[in-house]
Amino acid sequence: MMPVFSWASLSPALPELFLVMLGMVMVLAGLSQSEGAARSLCRVAIGGFALALMMLLGVNWDSAPVMNGMFVMDHFAGFMKLLILLGLMAAVALSVRYLEQEEIDRFEYPILIVFAGLGMMLMVSAHNLLAMYVGLELQSLSLYVLAAFRRNHSKSSEAGMKYFVLGALASGMLLFGASLVYGYTGALGFDAISHALAGGKAGAGLVIGLVFLLVGLAFKVSAVPFHMWTPDVYEGAPTSVTALFAIVPKIAAMGLLMRLLTEPFGSIMPEWQQVVWVLSLASMAVGAFAGLVQNNIKRLLAYSSIGNMGYALVGVAAGTASGMGAVILYLAIYMIMAAGTFGIVLSMRRGGRAYEDIEDLSGLSRTNPLMAWTLAFLMFSMSGIPPLAGFFGKLFIFQAAIASQFYVLAVLGVLCSVVAAYYYLRVIKVMFFDDPLDALDSDLGFSLRAVVFLSIAFVLFFIFSPDTLVETSRNAAAALFAG
Amino acid sequence: MTIGLTHYLAVAAILFTLGVFGIFLNRKNVIVILMSIELMLLAVNINFVAFSSFMHDLAGQVFSMFILTVAAAEAAIGLAILVVFFRNRGTIAVEDISTMKG
Repeated sequence: MMPVFSWASLSPALPELFLVMLGMVMVLAGLSQSEGAARSLCRVAIGGFALALMMLLGVNWDSAPVMNGMFVMDHFAGFMKLLILLGLMAAVALSVRYLEQEEIDRFEYPILIVFAGLGMMLMVSAHNLLAMYVGLELQSLSLYVLAAFRRNHSKSSEAGMKYFVLGALASGMLLFGASLVYGYTGALGFDAISHALAGGKAGAGLVIGLVFLLVGLAFKVSAVPFHMWTPDVYEGAPTSVTALFAIVPKIAAMGLLMRLLTEPFGSIMPEWQQVVWVLSLASMAVGAFAGLVQNNIKRLLAYSSIGNMGYALVGVAAGTASGMGAVILYLAIYMIMAAGTFGIVLSMRRGGRAYEDIEDLSGLSRTNPLMAWTLAFLMFSMSGIPPLAGFFGKLFIFQAAIASQFYVLAVLGVLCSVVAAYYYLRVIKVMFFDDPLDALDSDLGFSLRAVVFLSIAFVLFFIFSPDTLVETSRNAAAALFAG
Repeated sequence: MTIGLTHYLAVAAILFTLGVFGIFLNRKNVIVILMSIELMLLAVNINFVAFSSFMHDLAGQVFSMFILTVAAAEAAIGLAILVVFFRNRGTIAVEDISTMKG
């Protein structure tokens, strides 16, 4: 029997539907406006994300699947979308001034971010391999263009090229995996796949398919050994785009990975746990050791993000509700720290020119003490020093790993984080103990100041009321294990 | 000899492997990489259509239509980025895409 269609049944997808309309209206508005379109459309995008956020808070988070189970809205999807929308708002807010300074203020920029955001929201809500693929591609295609956005600059187009080739390869792997899963379970829907695997026995074909799916997603979260694109793309892309890359897409990819592993493949957990174990350990190690020799701060932050995804994968490998809850909390904290850090990186300008090396921060504590202390606290937090927020992210992750008896992974993870602390502390050493250079430009935009302020306030004061965020991420993770 | 599902899967697997190797072993130019990507996606399509026809389930064929559409968009974006790259550097040789390292 054909299900009866009603508009009301689409209501859980209201934020996405709104972003579709917003994106299309913005294309028309951008085309019909000639001067200063980028600035006004950036504001429209921020306002639109805020509206979508309100709609998201308005829809029912426990409701049934939408569009015959293609799309699902639960507490997990709801909370991930909340993070994604906040991250997108921060990323656009960081970009506005930078785009004008670098003379790349073209109206396509906010539109691409809106479509990328739409793709990310579809990814975390996908409940079918087809919906997953379409969401992932919508996100990736927009991000390829954004990486190459400074089109008269050879590094940026090289970054776009590398991102495109490796991203397309990843999509191909993911699709090949999806086709095998389809063949060996006879279904594309997550519920139907989990039903077909209910016995807990998986054939070789299915395991190969699952591994291909994992490889494809490992590219997207830049887990080692599929991280080759990350440092180059982070370095080459315009800094505001790098900020976007560091803040949001990984949340979406991680969300998709968590849903995929727990919902359809939850019954064959031992098959994927060992793969995730290896990915996680390799990412932590490469993130820690390769970061030691970097001089470009964007490259350094690329390796830092690889390492951080490794820590998040520790929680995924644990495979329990508390592990997944810790991952969600970790992602939220990491996102906020990355937004603040990139706010500072974006303000590293002298005489209107952008600087990107760690040495360019020399003696910042004397020329601009406020900025130096802010970055110092963000770096302390990233390296996981209590009582800052970053410490709690790691604490919950390793607690979950210990509870699932992943002792080796937890011990090696802590050791890697000690190694990684070296390069975070090196930034602080350069700022506080090296000879000062000329002062950085002080005309930072209001929106950038606001993002950095909120980020540092969160990092410093998270310890006073951690309960709300911890509880919300636990509830979100519980939704993954409910059905 | 009757042609069964495994034959289709073998062809698809071979084409897919060729595509992956085309990306990594090719030292000449980026157009070949774009072709390899296309080859991978089409190999996946063979998989989907073969499974779909053998299981009498239409979903796989619907999926392959989506892949075709997305592949077209992907090729368009890839070529656009390639044109931008060529304008900046005057070359599309693979070994020249390497100003950033480490």
